Amino acid sequence: MRASRLALVGLAAVTLLLSACTSDTPTDSAPPGDTPPQTADGEWFVRADYDQQLAQRSMTPEGDAAKPWLQAIEPEWIDTAKFKKDGGDATLCFSNASISNPWRVTGWITMQQQVEVLKQSGDIGEFRVSDAGDDDNKQISDIQAFVEADDCDSIIISPSTTATLTPAVQAACDSGVPVVVFDRGVQTDCAVTYIHPIGGYAFGADAAEFLVKNLEPGKKVLALRILPGVDVLENRWAAAQEIFKGSGIEVLGNEFTGGDGAKIKDIVSQYLQRGDVDGIWMDAGDGAVAALEAFEDAGKPYPVFSGEDELTFMRKWKETGIKAIAPVYSNFQWRTPILAATMILKGEKVPAEWVLPQAPITDADLDDYLARNADMPSLHYAKFGGEDLPGFPDAWKDR
Amino acid sequence: MSASRKLADAGRFLISGSGAVYLLLIAIFAVIAVNNASFFEPFTLMGFVKKAAPLLILAIGQYFVIVAGEFDLSVGSLVGAQVVLAALLIDGEGPRTWPVIALMLAGGALVGLVNGLITTLLKVPSIITTLGMMLVLFGAIRLLTGGAPTGALSPEFRIFGRHGIEGVPLFRQLPWALFIVIVVAVAAVYLMRSPFGRTLVAVGDNAKAAGFAGTRVWWVRTAAFVLSGLSATVAGILVGGYAGVTSQVGEGMEFVAITAVVLGGVVLGGGRGSVLAAIAGALAVESLFTLFTQLSIPSTIRPTAQGLIIIAAVAYASRERSRRHTPQLSMKPADPNRHSDVAVP
Repeated sequence: MRASRLALVGLAAVTLLLSACTSDTPTDSAPPGDTPPQTADGEWFVRADYDQQLAQRSMTPEGDAAKPWLQAIEPEWIDTAKFKKDGGDATLCFSNASISNPWRVTGWITMQQQVEVLKQSGDIGEFRVSDAGDDDNKQISDIQAFVEADDCDSIIISPSTTATLTPAVQAACDSGVPVVVFDRGVQTDCAVTYIHPIGGYAFGADAAEFLVKNLEPGKKVLALRILPGVDVLENRWAAAQEIFKGSGIEVLGNEFTGGDGAKIKDIVSQYLQRGDVDGIWMDAGDGAVAALEAFEDAGKPYPVFSGEDELTFMRKWKETGIKAIAPVYSNFQWRTPILAATMILKGEKVPAEWVLPQAPITDADLDDYLARNADMPSLHYAKFGGEDLPGFPDAWKDR
Repeated sequence: MSASRKLADAGRFLISGSGAVYLLLIAIFAVIAVNNASFFEPFTLMGFVKKAAPLLILAIGQYFVIVAGEFDLSVGSLVGAQVVLAALLIDGEGPRTWPVIALMLAGGALVGLVNGLITTLLKVPSIITTLGMMLVLFGAIRLLTGGAPTGALSPEFRIFGRHGIEGVPLFRQLPWALFIVIVVAVAAVYLMRSPFGRTLVAVGDNAKAAGFAGTRVWWVRTAAFVLSGLSATVAGILVGGYAGVTSQVGEGMEFVAITAVVLGGVVLGGGRGSVLAAIAGALAVESLFTLFTQLSIPSTIRPTAQGLIIIAAVAYASRERSRRHTPQLSMKPADPNRHSDVAVP
């Protein structure tokens, strides 16, 4: 009895442990022999990528500024004539990592609305979807099923993790149909195009630079992070560390919150209890309002804040008039893969690596974005880029 | 009884298995005090209460189920479902607050009732029933909301978890959460001393014997699940009030609650342990989280440290308990190790 009791408790403890950290092993996409580690978190920091992303922020992307989802930064256009398929009515197959957070939900709605438009125009006949629910194994078999069905005209993949999904993406490429990868990348460039916003370094740098600019040296910043080991998130933090280094800003700590409002509020309250916090840096805006409420409840002045273009935060920002910035991980990228796949099937040129613009929302355009999204629910992302789609606004409103 | 005798008894109780949780709690508070004395300033302490309140309530609910010999894994999902549903239904409108709270309580009780009836009448092990319920609730909410919560909680709803009586000297604010926890805890202690509580423990200890003695075992166990569902609802109201609605609300709370109860020396499998110790267990877990933040232990290693401390504490407690099982030197008239709020078998 005692042994089994202990076993049960052990099980509970292990479950606690597992629930706290589930993500795959990090892998650097840097070519071998590239730059040595530059910061304490060197594993996640590749100087060349960092420099490139920071430079890309100020580049003018090619294409119509009113349609940022079709813009591309430094594109290397490639010929897709060999994938040309006449007659439209294509079958697109989409393997989605998950819709497990509001950012993905928002993007997923936008993508479906884009599909509707192309169905009306006759470009898309069928749109098949499988959702892997954040499970690598499920996604591998999802992709395999698409390959085996052998009637997809194009396979679109939003990989759940980088290293584990690489062979599956390779297998999809080997089947001969054009493959489009977006959001998180994989370690093969076999896809016709890889679509993503500038990236994590640019996100983290936008946030950190704003704090450095608005806080005097010696001021204290608390970093709130979602979870460790995810490349896009780790890159954000690595860039922030690079910028805080030598700026005179004191980083009080970096805490993992899982995006849970209660945990965020508790952690911020505890830091406030032990001293002042002058700035908050977040690697994603989930729960930003909870962090601000901690200042309210403690009776402390609001900090300088970097959140994300998530609407609860942006509305709170407007309401309180705090000094803040909303770095953006462009949600409108969910439209691009559908458009890219139809372009490829028409034999039109696409960029080999399709880098979408990623501009933060500042005080200057806060009102503009709030007005545009006035009808949208909280936990919606301001730069979702679906205002011109016929389903707007109801599709996003009634989710 | 002389003062020194009392002190000695208290000391013996603390180092005994059942007292381990109080010892752990004192140890954690001592380290916090050394590290950051300002934690014990009334205002800060009240902040801690607000944060810890949902887990305390959840642990009380879980205690009823565990002492009756069952598990309730569905509470974390239930808390999440309640908060997300509340946000959806209230949508920021103050007047809807009370009807929605009533609806939440009814919903929580219903989920508990279903858990209980499936476990007792259909004889599905509760670990499976409630695991299933956890997934059902999780999936239903995903389906209903399309993956992310919509709507907003009204300021009126958030009062319970966030605000309190303002302007109290010394404390600045006495949070409503504190009163709610006290009321629920007193009610729970009272309930455990009532005939129902004694029956609950008896059922957990030996369901067959309790049945022969005329107890309607299925009903007692079902009632425990209903209590757990209700406490999850209260916890949901508090946690939603504390930090508002996020898509992760409630996630993993069931394991923290079970850990807290077990840490309090309540035996999985039922029949043993006091509700006060379960509350102390919940406090210990919450203060441990606080301590980790204060010591700036890297976030990545915290679950490991937490797991080790919990295993060590429970192993210590069960070692003591199994030793006491052997009948020896039981000359003492009353066993000081027994908690007064639990039925004496």
